Amino acid sequence: MSTERIVGIDLGTTNSLVAYMEGDRPVVIPGEDGLNLVPSVVALDENSQIVVGSAARKYLIETSARAVYSVKRLMGRDVEDVRDELKLFPFRLAEDLAAGEVLRIKLGDKTFTPPEISAFILRQLKRNAERYFAAPVTKAVITVPAYFNDAQRQATKDAGRIAGLEVLRLVNEPTAASLAYGLDKKNAETVAVYDLGGGTFDISILKLHEGIFEVIATNGDTHLGGDDIDNLLITIALHDIQGDLAVDVRRNAEIVQAIRKAVIDAKIALSSDEKTTFDVALPGGKRYQREVTRAQFEQLIQPVIDRTIGPVRQAMKDAGLTPKQINEAVLVGGSTRIPRVRQLVEELFQRTPHSGLNPDEVVALGAAIQAHILAGGSEATKEMLLLDVTPLSLGIESLGGGVVKIIHRNSTIPASATEHFTTGVEGQTNVAVHVVQGERELASDCRSLARFDLKGIPPMPAGLPRIEVKFLIDANGILHVSARELRSGKEAEIQVQPSYGLTDEQVENMILESFDNAEEDFRRRQVIEARNEAETMLTALEKGRKNPAWDQLSSQERSNVGKLETALRAVMNADDFQAIRTAIDALNQGTMHLAEMMMESAVGTALKGQNMDTADVGEGPASPHPIAQAEIK
Amino acid sequence: MALTDHKKPEQPDSGILVVNQSRPTKANCWSCGAMRAAHFCQECGKVQPPTPVDYFTFFGLPFRLNLEPEKLEREFYALSRHLHPDINAINSDREQQWSLEKSSQLNDAYRTLKDPISRTEYLLRLQGVQLEEQSKTATEEARRTGKIKKQVVPPDLLEQVFELNMQLEEMRMNKKMGEPDRTLERELQDTKKQLQGKYNGLLEELHAAWNEWDALIDRAEQGGSVLDEDRMAVRDKMVNVLNRRTYLRNLLRDIDEVLESRT
Repeated sequence: MSTERIVGIDLGTTNSLVAYMEGDRPVVIPGEDGLNLVPSVVALDENSQIVVGSAARKYLIETSARAVYSVKRLMGRDVEDVRDELKLFPFRLAEDLAAGEVLRIKLGDKTFTPPEISAFILRQLKRNAERYFAAPVTKAVITVPAYFNDAQRQATKDAGRIAGLEVLRLVNEPTAASLAYGLDKKNAETVAVYDLGGGTFDISILKLHEGIFEVIATNGDTHLGGDDIDNLLITIALHDIQGDLAVDVRRNAEIVQAIRKAVIDAKIALSSDEKTTFDVALPGGKRYQREVTRAQFEQLIQPVIDRTIGPVRQAMKDAGLTPKQINEAVLVGGSTRIPRVRQLVEELFQRTPHSGLNPDEVVALGAAIQAHILAGGSEATKEMLLLDVTPLSLGIESLGGGVVKIIHRNSTIPASATEHFTTGVEGQTNVAVHVVQGERELASDCRSLARFDLKGIPPMPAGLPRIEVKFLIDANGILHVSARELRSGKEAEIQVQPSYGLTDEQVENMILESFDNAEEDFRRRQVIEARNEAETMLTALEKGRKNPAWDQLSSQERSNVGKLETALRAVMNADDFQAIRTAIDALNQGTMHLAEMMMESAVGTALKGQNMDTADVGEGPASPHPIAQAEIK
Repeated sequence: MALTDHKKPEQPDSGILVVNQSRPTKANCWSCGAMRAAHFCQECGKVQPPTPVDYFTFFGLPFRLNLEPEKLEREFYALSRHLHPDINAINSDREQQWSLEKSSQLNDAYRTLKDPISRTEYLLRLQGVQLEEQSKTATEEARRTGKIKKQVVPPDLLEQVFELNMQLEEMRMNKKMGEPDRTLERELQDTKKQLQGKYNGLLEELHAAWNEWDALIDRAEQGGSVLDEDRMAVRDKMVNVLNRRTYLRNLLRDIDEVLESRT
């Protein structure tokens, strides 16, 4: 296996995680705070520095104009698409946005596109992994909702590039979850993965067979999740507050965030308790308090969770299966912790759903497995292969505004289609093609993916040129187009203008900016870490000199240690972490004998009735070498 | 948006496609030089450059219409294990590109061949038939724009269709007025059942035609001669079944729409 580690990333609406394959088991890499989940919140602090995760959360409540959450909802979308979201989410869009332009969101006094904000989260995860491995990480597998369209996928890939990550594969979240689920499965079975997360819902039906994970059908809603439940409860709370307490706090973003937090706490409490109480402090010393029972909560959220039924039925119909033919229903996503959701899944599939895996982590674990497979795999993953599908049909606008479908939904990817075009007018040299994605009959009701012109067609009578256009959906679910004119044998020039999304140039610029920072960040961190290690080492050496073992060293050994110490002190305040590391390693080697003798004397003391704690073998984490730093794993 | 005109590729009316002309040729692996099979090297496992072949040939199959779905699936899985981009993710850019093209070819071929109807349509297209493949699309287009689509009504349905169209029209009118006619609704349900029966029966007809076709292939493979007119006769039989099937499918959909939009 290559030495470069490829990580698996779950870039979630509410939380994000990074995982990798340790031996033959996937593990989640914790952040600096020791927690596996990094909240997908980005804030700009008082010094205009970007803060990500738990640290960014406090800004949501204190100065919410400096923070943004659930940005995944805006990925690959247009102003027109997000009109409804804006009523419910405190996204503050830049004022000067033109139609069709990539959104820009205000964060303090700056503006960022959704891929840039996602890139901040990705960079935090990258950093967490780099700290864990003590080595740079540049390659990743990132998960996306199965029902993400081309633009949303492309935006996610862009986010990866901006964060300095080569995105080797975009994997669908429910499919990734099935990899983690099926790691130890050897029997053939049909599985339904019900994935209700913070902002997206996916249903995927898979056939597991001798290590092949074949997706048969998928469906979903990229704007349905725990967020919608929260917003429903927030609306009710705001209404209550206005009615009972005669306070309108709707314009007070900080109070709304405090209510949001209370609502989420209540939602979580109601998954285990039968009742709970909202309690929010309001301006003017008033409090909003209200008791909610689980029964009330379930009644309230029923319309939201019922929206998952349609996609589930459609996926089953597309798969040509009845609930009886499903061997297992697997729950993924934090919202599947809600008992009513579990009950609904049970009703839909007529069996108790499987919930043996942590629904927050299973997607990241699956992404780590996929990363491992791409890296060449090992015995544990040797037989494993994912065969995924495209969630939406690909079509071309025909005369009259209809859609001719060329690749149907649920086709295994990579998939391709070849279409032939001709001219309608004598001597015409350009043909315009409009590519759309979706199931609707009218092009205007589908998602516009790209418009392009086939240029440089040799002038010929109408209908004579034959231009062959090849559409190819790759394993990431992203479309590629190529074209040639058959009669003249000329490669038709083709410039695909995506209807949405960043241009390559824009992405390049964003990468350059962040890359410089990322490399500098990485270098700076390395220097700081190396200095800390040097400090620890020198402190340990001071202690060692007071140990009786020191006097048992030969004078040559003692003077050698002294020289190495001077060498380390000489480089440790410079900015070259490699030099510091080299000096640390040298001193480490030089004090090996001392360490061994200290160890022996410590053991000796212990035998005399003392224990290791009182035998002074140095502070800090236990290590095989009392002077060396503990291995940070 | 204009100027886009959809034309299906003009397939030559080749009468010679009874036997595969282009079986995958053996050649040397570009990487290790060993003799290889069509898609990947059996010695070193490397994916081989893509070649334009029809879907039957891609799977090394004769142009027969009866095939074992389990066998096709096994072959699909086995080839996926060598051709899929995930397997080739750490190989050279060139190999990754080949893998992308070959696995899309594999998936396209599998998708087309595993479904009995699309398999038949594909074979007919290889036979030079300009199948009214977009009849569904064309119908939708006509319905949307209000144009009347010219469609040949299968003779055996002529009388029934005439009656049915009147009933559908009446039903639509009733609905607009908000006065659903339960008797009419029951009649439509009956008609639907009848047509569904006919629709299902068509598969049997199709299978019979498949057997005739496969017999011709077998004869040709054993060196026997196949008359062009025999081949055309079976071909036309299949085209006829598929056209009637499409027609029935659209009728059934129309009935469903009227019945479902019950107020």
